[in-house]
Amino acid sequence: MANLALRNLVKTYGQTEVLHSISLDVEDGEFVVFVGPSGCGKSTTLRLIAGLEEVSSGAIMIGDREVNNLEPKERDIAMVFQNYAIYPHMTVKKNIAFGLRSSKASKVDKEARIQEVAGILDMVELLDRKPSQLSGGQRQRVAIGRAMVRDPAVFLFDEPLSNLDAQLRTQMRLEIKKLHQRVGNTIVFVTHDQVEAMTMADRIVVMKDGHIQQVGTPEEVYHSPANSFVARFIGAPSMNLLPAELSAEGLTLAGKVLDAGRWAASPVGKVLLGVRPNDLYIDEIRPLFEGRVSLREPLGSETLIYVETEHGEVIARADGRMPPEVGATIGLGARTEDLHLFDAASGVSLS
Amino acid sequence: MLAQLISAFDIMILGVFGCVAYYYLSNLALDTLWPAHGKRAAHNINRTTAIRPWLFLFPALLLLTVYLVYPVIFSIWLSLHDRSGEVFIGFDNYRWMANDAKFRESFGNNLLWLVVVPAASTAFGLLAAALTDRIRWGNIAKSLIFMPMAISFIGASVIWKFVYDFRAEGQEQIGLLNAIVIGLGFEPQSWITTGFWNSFFLMAILVWIQTGFAMVILSAALRGISEETIEAAVLDGANPLQIFWRIKVPQIWGSIAVVWTTITITVLKVFDIVLAMTNGQWGSQVLANLMFDWMFRGNDFGRASTVALVIMAMVTPIMIWNIRNAKRDL
Repeated sequence: MANLALRNLVKTYGQTEVLHSISLDVEDGEFVVFVGPSGCGKSTTLRLIAGLEEVSSGAIMIGDREVNNLEPKERDIAMVFQNYAIYPHMTVKKNIAFGLRSSKASKVDKEARIQEVAGILDMVELLDRKPSQLSGGQRQRVAIGRAMVRDPAVFLFDEPLSNLDAQLRTQMRLEIKKLHQRVGNTIVFVTHDQVEAMTMADRIVVMKDGHIQQVGTPEEVYHSPANSFVARFIGAPSMNLLPAELSAEGLTLAGKVLDAGRWAASPVGKVLLGVRPNDLYIDEIRPLFEGRVSLREPLGSETLIYVETEHGEVIARADGRMPPEVGATIGLGARTEDLHLFDAASGVSLS
Repeated sequence: MLAQLISAFDIMILGVFGCVAYYYLSNLALDTLWPAHGKRAAHNINRTTAIRPWLFLFPALLLLTVYLVYPVIFSIWLSLHDRSGEVFIGFDNYRWMANDAKFRESFGNNLLWLVVVPAASTAFGLLAAALTDRIRWGNIAKSLIFMPMAISFIGASVIWKFVYDFRAEGQEQIGLLNAIVIGLGFEPQSWITTGFWNSFFLMAILVWIQTGFAMVILSAALRGISEETIEAAVLDGANPLQIFWRIKVPQIWGSIAVVWTTITITVLKVFDIVLAMTNGQWGSQVLANLMFDWMFRGNDFGRASTVALVIMAMVTPIMIWNIRNAKRDL
């Protein structure tokens, strides 16, 4: 087990720079999730750590070693791929044993290790099967087993759940989290699904266009997003962002002036007002804004309502038992502490 | 001349429209006999769907029968008759065959061809596919290796005749192989008249042709392997050789088998190369050329048919296995 560090990591393909000097410290035993839209460089970062791509500049440290020029097998890592990547011509047991081939342990020890891993992953009875006889979830378990068997310092997961159906994904998510609590290795997990990131991570790394946007615990990233991108990316449905202006009089939202409150000291200018759908409530007395309900999405316990306001479309959550009718005009309010302000030009949070 | 052209054109028109008319009219007749309406519509539709495929398959089945099934049966019949095909002589031809030195030589050579050519072609093809996959000028190399596929066996033999050419002492040697041999300081050899080993020089020609075929199929198969399994093997600490033998080759085993058997069938039919290079002299005879000899030089229908049946008996099991394999791959 070891900590992992990225120091000013840069990756270029020909003339195109896809990773722009990324730095990050991952503690020993930490579960870190890289999340971002496709093309943001999260998978590239993972492949650099794995040694499947060459580092253009900067350094990757595992433990106290710089591993830039080490072969993947010398880095003490293991990776679980999106499409499982299990060897189709080998039985489950041989798949798991393949990584132990070069280890110096005795045959008995290797066998014991395979049985132990199979036991942890609850697949002892699958050991003699061929991959074609396994379901998607079982295949993913084999892929995880193959990574576990060598007991690497760092586990790398490259979107391992995206090929599973929704129910299985939720279940595997939980299993991987439990597994981490049990074995305690450092894990770097890449996903484009912010729900996966929120539920599994000790710390989330939000990426976009080859830059790290924010690093923080799920709570930090959710409650105090560093910029408007993180604000919109984390949390479903997305945070509403509305154009507003901060001036000496206060916060102007479509002609209505509100008290500037905690932003009174912030520089004046155009801003984006952010408010999460579940922080909005129906308020006919002192509404923040008013609009007409254009669409409803019932989710059972709650119903998402799409409200057309003069600032654009706003999503809010309403009670699932008695949501407002489509076509009704309603007022929406929010507590001031639930509001976020971002600079309109740079998107940086003003909190 | 013009009359010939016109009659050829007439026959083409007749053929095309004859086919169209057959399909159209037979289909019409079927629909009139069991119309898809009225009281028994459902029953009629069931009946026509059962018959229609046979109606459409009939011309193909007829041609297959006339040109494949009938010749096989006639060959069996001929093999039981004498050279003229008129006097029944029982199994005399088979008895002759079992004791004929030239047949034994041919059979032995065919077995040798059967082992060497598919093995060598597949091995070289796999090697070429693996090596050309990762280099920038791989595609040019591939086209060059594939090119002999486009040359007829006779054409290839003519080319290789120059490679193996040998001139009597005192004359200047023009053969490529002898040039190399002389260059290395050895005596020039008469390659294709030296018993036993000459077969291998003939096999080299077929290997040269078939390697391209093997390479193309295996190259496609190699590209079909998921990149992730290879990356996983890299992370598992396998070196390139281990990745090739333990991860890649097992995954394309099906394609290797298909390539191997397809070449095997070509080998069993090998005829042109032997005819053009040695005509079966100097101990290089093969079955197909032996059959040709008895048929058109010896004018013995009985013996030629007997040899032909031996070739068929050798090809059939491989053919069946190959078709089954191909079906499974589809």
